[in-house]
Amino acid sequence: MAEDLAGSITERDDFIVTKGKNKKQLKCDTDSSAGCVSQRACVYCGARVVLNPITDAIHLVHGPIGCATYTWDIRGSLSSGAELYRNSFSTDLKEQDIIFGGAKKLAAAIDGLVNKYQAKLVFVYSTCIVGVIGDDLEAICNAASRRHNIEVIPVESSGFIGNKSAGYRAAGDALLRLIKPSAPAVIEKNNSINYLGDFNLAGEAWIIQNYLRQMGVELNVTFTGDSHYTALKSAPKAKLNIIQCAGSMIYLAGKMEELYQIPYIQISFLGIEDTATSLRNIAAALGEESMIVKAEELIAKETARVEDIIKGYRTKLEGKKAAIFVGGGFKAISLIKQFREIGIDVVMIGTQTGRKEEYEIMNELVDDGTVILDDANPAELEKFMMEKGANLLVGGVKERPLAYKLGIAFIDHNHDRKHPLSGFEGAINFAEEVYSTVCSPVWKSLNALGMKSGVANHG
Amino acid sequence: MLDCTPKDITERKSGGIINPAKTCQPIGAMYAALGIHKCLPHSHGSQGCCSYHRMHLTRHFRDPVMASTSCFTEGSSVFGGGANLKASIQNVFHIYKPDVMAIHTTCLTETIGDDVSSIIKTAEVAEGKLVIHANTPSYVGSHITGFSNMTKAMVSYLAESTSPEKKEQANIIPGFVNPGDMREIKRLVESMGIEYIMFPDTSGVVDSPMTGEFEMYPEGGTTVEQLKDTGNSQITLALGRFASSDPADLLNKEYKVPVATLKTPIGIKATDALLMTLRNSFAREIPKEIEIERGQLVDIMTDTHFHFHGKTVAIFGDPDIVTGLTEFVLSLGMVPLHVLTGTPGGSSNSAAGSFEDDINSMLKGAGIEANVKSAGDLFTLHQWIKNQPVDLLIGNTYGKYIARAEDVPFMRVGFPILDRSVHSYLPIVGYHGAMRLIEMISNALLDRADRDAKDEDFELVM
Repeated sequence: MAEDLAGSITERDDFIVTKGKNKKQLKCDTDSSAGCVSQRACVYCGARVVLNPITDAIHLVHGPIGCATYTWDIRGSLSSGAELYRNSFSTDLKEQDIIFGGAKKLAAAIDGLVNKYQAKLVFVYSTCIVGVIGDDLEAICNAASRRHNIEVIPVESSGFIGNKSAGYRAAGDALLRLIKPSAPAVIEKNNSINYLGDFNLAGEAWIIQNYLRQMGVELNVTFTGDSHYTALKSAPKAKLNIIQCAGSMIYLAGKMEELYQIPYIQISFLGIEDTATSLRNIAAALGEESMIVKAEELIAKETARVEDIIKGYRTKLEGKKAAIFVGGGFKAISLIKQFREIGIDVVMIGTQTGRKEEYEIMNELVDDGTVILDDANPAELEKFMMEKGANLLVGGVKERPLAYKLGIAFIDHNHDRKHPLSGFEGAINFAEEVYSTVCSPVWKSLNALGMKSGVANHG
Repeated sequence: MLDCTPKDITERKSGGIINPAKTCQPIGAMYAALGIHKCLPHSHGSQGCCSYHRMHLTRHFRDPVMASTSCFTEGSSVFGGGANLKASIQNVFHIYKPDVMAIHTTCLTETIGDDVSSIIKTAEVAEGKLVIHANTPSYVGSHITGFSNMTKAMVSYLAESTSPEKKEQANIIPGFVNPGDMREIKRLVESMGIEYIMFPDTSGVVDSPMTGEFEMYPEGGTTVEQLKDTGNSQITLALGRFASSDPADLLNKEYKVPVATLKTPIGIKATDALLMTLRNSFAREIPKEIEIERGQLVDIMTDTHFHFHGKTVAIFGDPDIVTGLTEFVLSLGMVPLHVLTGTPGGSSNSAAGSFEDDINSMLKGAGIEANVKSAGDLFTLHQWIKNQPVDLLIGNTYGKYIARAEDVPFMRVGFPILDRSVHSYLPIVGYHGAMRLIEMISNALLDRADRDAKDEDFELVM
């Protein structure tokens, strides 16, 4: 069936390459074709996932109820303080609002919520319909901002104006607006750094913050995991930006360099190798001898601790094959290396929104024969996983049951991750998770009836 | 720490929602469409809608949920989505090869005014393939409305009456329930030896067995042949009027198939009503095995009633489910203090009456005064509970915030359940479903009693 399905999508041919086989350039960063079963989301989704971790903000969705319901507390980003962001606010637009406009309702909703929760910050997300009925979000937000003397920031995230990447950009614009100093005074720089693109899923940002502390690096604010209004306001003071999730943050980082002269470096805390390299790069970028020394100490200590444990898993996992389908390209790249650390080869790799440069790096890293694909549909995922004999899929919520149905092990590297996967601790958790799914006894029940299984023959 | 809800109840002028107890129409339409055999649901709108609905359904059922999207862009929203939809129809049949493509609209395509039925008429559809559609504006009703609208579309597009004589068979519209519930209803009907067509029927689709292979179209679902034949049936049982009565009424209007609108068969009374209706319509006896089941249920209710009597409860969720649950907990001697649905409740003037009327009349019969609301949200429910605490909270996963904040035992029933598994395989309907509900209620209340008991009060036998 998969053969059938995936085979007939000629329009999709340009989006799939096999390393070593095709000379062509992979096509990416385009709109999906109409009528596809795409795994992609929309602009609003992109904006919401980036901003939602801001803990003390009111995240008000202007639109019919669905968009607010589906995004209610789905991110799994943890807070050390406020919990306001874990509530779901919607203007719940009705038919009469569509006809007469939703402006009044929105203004009243903002007033009601601000009075109730005493928040200093409100994000108002526009959804598809707002883009069509033409409510002037900017004016409504500005007026509310003056009325309450707080920040009320519109997020231009009408779903149809692009894909998830456009949403990252909309979120970036909202953040830029938030961090803009109110007076054009000279920004007093300090020696701290901002950490961009960690949403503190399962507490990942806390792990990294702990490393930085051990190196003597002062962390100014994280975008946006466990962040809050006051901390974000101080963002322009930092000396350096480090970016984990480039897909969502590269635009913001570029703008911050332009506006506040904060240079940025891309780092990745996925896997031992990338974590170590990243810590070194941060120390080097800040240029303080003590940091460089402390970074080496930290890396030596942690690597020694972690490597032994990882080795144990590697003996059990050596020779298994992984398929990857994740949101952004940077994560995909790290995952290739991280799998190598536990003895696993990547046989299929794809993303929802990866960029050309990222696909080039992936192509360099993987072995010949690996399938690389952009914006894949389930039939393609099935076809190539079976063809390449993948034992494991890394993906998000919609891919999980697909993998299981094929008898293929699965780990969530998205909102539904259960353990932090960042840093040295994360490397252990990752190996543990891979091991516990690939080597689970449940697959034996499947094999017992003579059914096929992607993870057959495991030890 | 998660508790941000103030106790003081003040008027909320904006009409906005805090912590919804409903979601939008398209997801209900998508779920209903999955209950047609070899059908690919199609979301006519932005990519995100389709992605969210698939994600939400996947999390609830823990099974693959397939659906396609028109992938709207800025251009399509300015110039209309006709071209996108036509391309979609072509691509869907070419690539994914379903027998039926069931299109639902979204707030975006409703607002820009795409005329979907005209677009379908002018689209090229291969011989033997079918395209149906339902208008499901997200700004009207809720996911339950969407389910009803798509089920209605199955009737309007497919049902036919091929002879003036009606066949001795029942149409059964199960409403927005789990596949486990659909299987249980079918088992009851089959036990009486009655021919039936259940539609939509998601059993075998979103609870499909593991085979080591991925089937884009699993074995389950109502077939097109069956859907066509619904116009020939002798009666339609609409179970749960919010999700099911509209399609049933349409069958009656178009093909003179009489309607019996019943409650979702949750609890003893509603299950009795279902079986009695079947018995009376088809002159069949209720078989011994079902009588025994009923007897067992009554036995369990008498064995355990002292655990439940006078215990206060708050119930929220979809209107048909909440109505059934309210009736059932009343039959156990429990006291519902707060009853809420997010779905707008129908007008008080309609013949059927509103959700609030239904619940209030049940409560009145039991001499109970309670907070009852349709089109409510969980902020309201939370405030009610803060002001008038309860012994038990029953509802979908989103109730866990309230349960934690107020330290109330919590029983998960309804849609969606995102944090527990197996629920979709097991029924809450029928006598067996009622037994299961009693077990769930008991476990919630008694686990709490054990947890809270002082050493000297801790009992072995309860």
